[in-house]
Amino acid sequence: MVNQIAIVLFDGFAFGMLLFVLSVGLSVTLGLMNFINLAHGAFGMLGGYIAVLTMRQLGLPFLLALPAAFLGAALVSVVFERTLFRRLYKAGELNQVLFTIGVVFVAAAIATYAFGTVQQVIILPSWLRGSVEVFGLRLGVYRIFLIVVALAVTAVLVFGLERTRLGAQIRAAVDNQRVAQGLGLDVERIFAITFALGSGLAGLGGALAIEIVGLDPAFGFHFLVYVLIVVAVGGLGSIAGSFAGAALLGIGDVAGKYFMPEIGSFLIYLLLVAILFVKPLGLFGKR
Amino acid sequence: MSDVTANAPFDAQGWLRRQSRWSPLEVVFWLALLLPFFFFPTYLTLASQIAIAALFAISVDLILGYAGIVTLGHAMFFGLGAYAAGLISVYGWGEPLSGLLLAAAFAGLVGFVVSFMIVRVQHLALIMITLGLGLLTYELANSMSWLTGGTDGLRGIRTWPIFNYFRFDLWGYTAYSYSLAALFVCFLVSRRIVNSSFGLALRGVRENVRRMPAIGSDYRGHLQKIYTISAAIAGLAGALMAQTTNVVALDALSFQRSADVVVMLILGGTGRLYGAIVGAAIFLIARDQLSGVNPQYWYFWIGLLLMVVVLVMPKGILGGLSALASRWSGR
Amino acid sequence: MLKNAAAATALGLGLAWSGAAIAQETVKIGVILPYSGPFADAANQLQAGIDLYMAKHGDEVAGKKIEIIKRDTGGPAPDVAQRLAQELVVRDGVDILAGFALTPEALGAAPVSQEAQKLMVVMNAATSIVTEQSPYIVRTSVTIPQLNYSFGKWAFDEAGIKQAYTLVSDYGPGHDAEKSFSQGFTEAGGEILGSDRTPVANPDFSAFVQRVRDANPEAVYIFVPGGAQPAAIGKALADRGLAPPETKIFAQGELTHPEALESMGETARGIITTFHYTLERDDPLNKEYVEGYTAANNGRKPDLFSIGGYDGMHLIYEALKATDGDASGDALVEAAKGMAWESPRGPMSIDPETRDVVQTVYIREVQEVDGELQNVIIHEIPEVKDPLHGAN
Repeated sequence: MVNQIAIVLFDGFAFGMLLFVLSVGLSVTLGLMNFINLAHGAFGMLGGYIAVLTMRQLGLPFLLALPAAFLGAALVSVVFERTLFRRLYKAGELNQVLFTIGVVFVAAAIATYAFGTVQQVIILPSWLRGSVEVFGLRLGVYRIFLIVVALAVTAVLVFGLERTRLGAQIRAAVDNQRVAQGLGLDVERIFAITFALGSGLAGLGGALAIEIVGLDPAFGFHFLVYVLIVVAVGGLGSIAGSFAGAALLGIGDVAGKYFMPEIGSFLIYLLLVAILFVKPLGLFGKR
Repeated sequence: MSDVTANAPFDAQGWLRRQSRWSPLEVVFWLALLLPFFFFPTYLTLASQIAIAALFAISVDLILGYAGIVTLGHAMFFGLGAYAAGLISVYGWGEPLSGLLLAAAFAGLVGFVVSFMIVRVQHLALIMITLGLGLLTYELANSMSWLTGGTDGLRGIRTWPIFNYFRFDLWGYTAYSYSLAALFVCFLVSRRIVNSSFGLALRGVRENVRRMPAIGSDYRGHLQKIYTISAAIAGLAGALMAQTTNVVALDALSFQRSADVVVMLILGGTGRLYGAIVGAAIFLIARDQLSGVNPQYWYFWIGLLLMVVVLVMPKGILGGLSALASRWSGR
Repeated sequence: MLKNAAAATALGLGLAWSGAAIAQETVKIGVILPYSGPFADAANQLQAGIDLYMAKHGDEVAGKKIEIIKRDTGGPAPDVAQRLAQELVVRDGVDILAGFALTPEALGAAPVSQEAQKLMVVMNAATSIVTEQSPYIVRTSVTIPQLNYSFGKWAFDEAGIKQAYTLVSDYGPGHDAEKSFSQGFTEAGGEILGSDRTPVANPDFSAFVQRVRDANPEAVYIFVPGGAQPAAIGKALADRGLAPPETKIFAQGELTHPEALESMGETARGIITTFHYTLERDDPLNKEYVEGYTAANNGRKPDLFSIGGYDGMHLIYEALKATDGDASGDALVEAAKGMAWESPRGPMSIDPETRDVVQTVYIREVQEVDGELQNVIIHEIPEVKDPLHGAN
């Protein structure tokens, strides 16, 4: 029994970490600029396709495909941000919703045109396949890898936010945008950088997700709901919140399906409704 | 809404009276909706589905456009209405009008229960709770396949002819007449609601929730009332779909449907009932035409349409048109 | 107003029929599929099957030119499918309705085919009851009970498995698969240790696979829809050490379709599946089909959807030949009843009573052939009918 709980915790946590990487960017940009970017998942999809391309066409190893996915998604997103999205910061949330949904439509159509509707396949290096025995538990190697990557991302983000100049500026801008602007911070520039970082992480998440959930042109829509749930449960603009929210949802989802499979599909939504009803700002939200 | 704030303190009653007067343009608009009967008889089934989508969009406009409740889960009520109407028929009562009312009442009842939860949250939490409840309902309907038929859909719906005379024909004459009549009646009701003092109070809630209690307005009660009405109308729209097509499947409850209706509404313009109708018409006609030309990639153009509308007409198509019109008339 | 409408309807329908009678030069086929949305891949593969057949056999049959009109449901959307079927009949004047990847959409369009008396060729939707919804429906794909009932029997009788666990997707086809496999298996004498259903939108299978492992069955039976899930569940099974030969893995053929095999790699070895179409089946007709398909589709290989579309077109062509170009629903459906032919999938026919497909069920095992993992046929059950027709 202890073994089973341990394995459920491990699997759930690993799945949660995937959700964390996919959604942390949206949480920060939403908290920073109140910009509702439903196209966040589309950048995840972009990262996924970049990873597939670099591995298949260029023959690069998986470990190089991941940073390529990050960089590619970040670059494309900053172009979008500078040319299109910035016009919408003052446009009201409904317009942001409509516009970014439009972007998802367009992205899905382009992906269909370029790659077809087929599920994309990547072949992992052999050291990431299979499973290992740790204290009598069979743990999937790729899931361990997911956790390691997510923890590294978290460490870099936390360190960056706490210890660097840019981090301090971002924190200031999230806390109070007007005052930060009054103090001479270039909030728009900070936002552009944050946006690129967040979308890049989504791209990384998209690349990591292929092995677990696959990749096709519907990815942008498919993961939108999960990403929104993590962001809302975690609380806007909070890395710790997204981390906790994602871990909770991942573990809750897997544990629910394991112990009560009859209501497995409801559990994640029940959790969502219950948590937000009690804490409308999410677990770590400030405003 | 600037005219509300400017005039309301002086002559709210007069303003409401002026708002509820019918303009010639409106009469022309409704007459135009009869044109498909004469000029596009092969598009009547599409027209019927547009009327149903427009009615659904009106139900969302009542809460989103007038009371500021953003929802991503309204297909919940559409689907409940559709299943209710379908099940009534499956269990032997196929009379359409009573089925329609029963389905609307059922959806409204569920809406009333849910409204206790809805009025206690705002912003992102509100959106996500509506989304969560919508997805819960979907999963529930899937797992209760003994009742709902699950993914395959509900089988054995037989809707009787309307007034025992007009049977639902292959061309869609009856379907469009029926849907259009329902749309018109619900539109009249909604128009009456938004141009009443209750409608004004709702706009007050939308503009500033905190001040409403200060002027003695029971804003939670107001919100609950409009949410219940909205749920009932959404259910009625779902019931129309069930009766005009005799099929109901899980997609009636899907997130996709919830998202589509919000897109149609914003596209047409929120906070004006005609925006819902125009948005539904443009979205579905564009979709039909584009997907007829190019079944695989049509949504590229839909996406582009949405992006361009936001950049060019940030208040939706109807908002953009009325801004153009008032500039033209020199106001 | 309404009375006029009713009169106009009667008139319009009369016109439409007489119009069809005059336009004898072309036979129009309206194809209704979810070309966009979550099932776009199925639709595209099915369409590619249709295209391949027409490329091979030309677009003229019995002196008539064949014209295809494609309509997208974006579905699953039964109401849209029904509307498109109506429009195809009344506006475009089609003679035949075809396509139908998803059961609810087939059910939505069925009343139209009945009322307008048009042949409706279901090229995929795999729930038994589909063909019972209109006397003009013929199916050229497969039904889920057809594949799994005899598979369940085989698992006990031939594979010697005494107890199994079932794990299926929680929706109509999954329920059908669970029911028919379990029925075949228990009737033969086997025991079902437990059964779980996974949510259709299920990104992560680890919890369910762990439950299977806890039960420690001799074999596990799996049904998941094609797409991303086969590879995902295959890897989750391997991660838990649930792999042949220690634990037998039985499934419907989607689990080991080509992309999933590539993604699963070595872990797929030994998985046993039941299916009506096997890509590698050694047969000249099949070889020619696969080569033609691969060449026309950028190296993509045909799958169950492709063969459904391909054979659906074959049925339409042959029926038109038999009626000498008469495209009325009654004539075509009569011609289709009892039709038998050699398909790339093997011998198949249309049951004259149920208008449903009768075909060989292949049981395959993933084995290495020339350094590549393939589905190798280890057993054939000829002329299998759907066991549920007439049962309910």
